[in-house]
Amino acid sequence: MTMFPLIAKGATVRRRGKVLVGPVDLTLGQTGTTMVIGPNGAGKTTLLKLLHCIERMNGGTLDWACPVAEAQQRQAFVFQTPVMLRRNVRDNIAYPLLLTKTPRAEARARAEDWAGRVGLGDAVMRPAHLLSGGERQKLALARALIRAPEVLFLDEPCASLDGRATREIEEILLGVAARGTRIIMSTHNMGQAQRLGSEVIFVLGGRIHEYSPAQDFFAEPQTEQARAFLRGDIVE
Amino acid sequence: MTDIWSGLTQAFWLLATLDADLVEITLRSLKVTLSALAVASLIAFPLAALISVRRFRLRRFTISVLNALMGLPPVVVGLVVYVLLSRSGPFGVLGLLFTPTAMIIAQVIIVVPLIASIAHQSLRELWSDYHDLLISMNTTKRQRIQTLLWDGRRALLTAALAGFGRAIGEVGAIMIVGGNIDHATRVLTTAIALETGKGDFALALGLGFVLIAMALFVNLMIHWLSHTESEGRW
Repeated sequence: MTMFPLIAKGATVRRRGKVLVGPVDLTLGQTGTTMVIGPNGAGKTTLLKLLHCIERMNGGTLDWACPVAEAQQRQAFVFQTPVMLRRNVRDNIAYPLLLTKTPRAEARARAEDWAGRVGLGDAVMRPAHLLSGGERQKLALARALIRAPEVLFLDEPCASLDGRATREIEEILLGVAARGTRIIMSTHNMGQAQRLGSEVIFVLGGRIHEYSPAQDFFAEPQTEQARAFLRGDIVE
Repeated sequence: MTDIWSGLTQAFWLLATLDADLVEITLRSLKVTLSALAVASLIAFPLAALISVRRFRLRRFTISVLNALMGLPPVVVGLVVYVLLSRSGPFGVLGLLFTPTAMIIAQVIIVVPLIASIAHQSLRELWSDYHDLLISMNTTKRQRIQTLLWDGRRALLTAALAGFGRAIGEVGAIMIVGGNIDHATRVLTTAIALETGKGDFALALGLGFVLIAMALFVNLMIHWLSHTESEGRW
């Protein structure tokens, strides 16, 4: 059963009386790579978590084409600061498989395979906390991808990474997208948004100001705030 | 000073000659304490993990009570266990009073809050690190608790060692519920108390040194077996 379209109607996240995100009205289709952009504090992370169903919604609806519990099993999330389990690289990557009762030997073999695919083949037995920032992000990606999710959420996966590490992560993401995984990702890097994105969601003040194909957005943004943001002006 | 020196000498001879009484008392001390530690850990670790991952109405109150119970007076615990296990008490029919089992029960009651509190401090921090990831992976509460217990095992070891330290040195409660019966419930701490009462300070000190040496040995063995300080490990 397909997961898409994902339809949000008036979805709102409120904390201590303050609206963090919403109301969000949005329909996401089956294909493409969606880049969520906007200034700091705009609500990008909260929006991603809302769509991933790990942020409590205070109003509105969020409907996948399949039951929510099933949708949650078919997606994965990579956080801006990767969470390293206190295990070695292989066991970190194997962890999602062990949750689904995959035999340990099989889970470890697949984890080693994924470690190789993301360039961590030589580090499988190293404790994860000894990895560099870029390696941690690769590990987080491998861990997210090992269960072959149909939707992959990424929250600024290349923040604080250097150019080389960023390029390596982008190559992995392009490969994943080419295999048909739906990617929804936030970024501050406009070059990255143009390189990877097929559509853009521009968020400001917790609301979606623009949702359009990436080419159109970067060529001719529809709102003054988006134009200012792309010019590098401070927008709030 | 003379007492300390002769205590050391006596401890050496007791160990060197493998004094039968000393061996018996030492083994009983170890058996009682390690049994109590195993039972207490089985209760305290899951309890600490559960309190870390679960939000419930009286959570803060529960944590405060647990912390407060760390200072539970052993003599009072001994008294309560004595009353419960005495012939006229609710569990008198079990005939456990003045047996090693009664001593284990008392020690479990004393060390569970200590182990659970220390374990909770570590697991709470671990949970704050893991929270988003485990939620996003749609894990069940059971899987979260299992993950925390496994990944926090070295911190849990420290909590268990603290419990071991408290249990092995305990005298008040086990004296009351065990009765310090020769060849039945006498352990190192109660033997020390007895010898001190008899005025045999040298033997009491000798037993004390043996007790310290045993506690150190067990701690070192556990650290060594678990590679706690190895590079690159948690």
